[in-house]
Amino acid sequence: MAQNNDNNANVLHPHITPMATYFKVALALFGLTFLTVFAHQFHHQMGSWAAPVAFLIALIKASLVILWFMHLKDDTKMNRFIFAIGFVFLALLFGICAIDFATRVPEFSPL
Amino acid sequence: MSTDNHAHGAHTAHVAHHFKTADQQYSSGKEGIWLFMLTEILMFGAIFVGYFYYHNQYPEMFAEGAKSLDWKMGFVNTLVLIFSSFTMAISISFIQKNQQKKAVLALATTILCAAIFMVIKYFEYQHKFHLGLYPGKFLDAAKVGAEHANLGLYFGFYYTMTGLHGIHVMIGIGLITWCLLRTVRGDFHSQYWIPVEGVGLFWHIVDLIWIFLFPLLYLVG
Repeated sequence: MAQNNDNNANVLHPHITPMATYFKVALALFGLTFLTVFAHQFHHQMGSWAAPVAFLIALIKASLVILWFMHLKDDTKMNRFIFAIGFVFLALLFGICAIDFATRVPEFSPL
Repeated sequence: MSTDNHAHGAHTAHVAHHFKTADQQYSSGKEGIWLFMLTEILMFGAIFVGYFYYHNQYPEMFAEGAKSLDWKMGFVNTLVLIFSSFTMAISISFIQKNQQKKAVLALATTILCAAIFMVIKYFEYQHKFHLGLYPGKFLDAAKVGAEHANLGLYFGFYYTMTGLHGIHVMIGIGLITWCLLRTVRGDFHSQYWIPVEGVGLFWHIVDLIWIFLFPLLYLVG
């Protein structure tokens, strides 16, 4: 078959992630889960930093899943845009609620 | 019988007439799933905002609620779910290389992990019900010995977040089973696997949500 598959509209040209990459990502995810629990042992010392540290590790884990397991790293620009839009609206939701909370004057009902 | 190493002889992409190329058909299918994932992120995002809001309003009450959760259960479930995400990802890799038997094994492992997750969840819920830790007004404040009268609010969030996530896990079990059966039937190969890719994306989102739920509910509280 001398046919050039690169020009054939009926042939799919997938991006195949090497198995080793999946192994590395899975290992990193396991490691970061252990790190989450390990860091939590020091939550008294960290005080108000305990929650941001835990969520920062979660964010790194989420990025690994999104980029490699969900293949967003090698995906089309449109799909990356769709995903980014989701987080823009999420940030809007969090941001406006945070402003509301920070500026609210506590009032107590006389009833 | 030829193997599929040189040409894509036996396996064709079956391009539907409204698509120009197989690649376009593939990315269109994936784009639809990504739009669906967007709604998932925003749905859970809204509940997270609610949690943060009330957590700021009643920090001591949320701390009291979080104390009753066993982080070891959540930790084991996190590992189980990450492993299932890994097996889901490699199943697609196997299908892309026409190693369907290995793909079936990977998909079966994913279903098994999802089932283990739900069994652990069942024991967690069972324990909470036993202690009288129900959501909202159903919380047995006397039996629990609650320090805060509104402790039911915390468990309202706990059951809503883990419950909605659990429903996603069960739907995932159904969808992955469907992919497994179709892989056994020989529907998927190096030129066609969009359903598995889509279900995979859904399953990774389920994993992703749990990655945030675990520190939120079990650790930080």
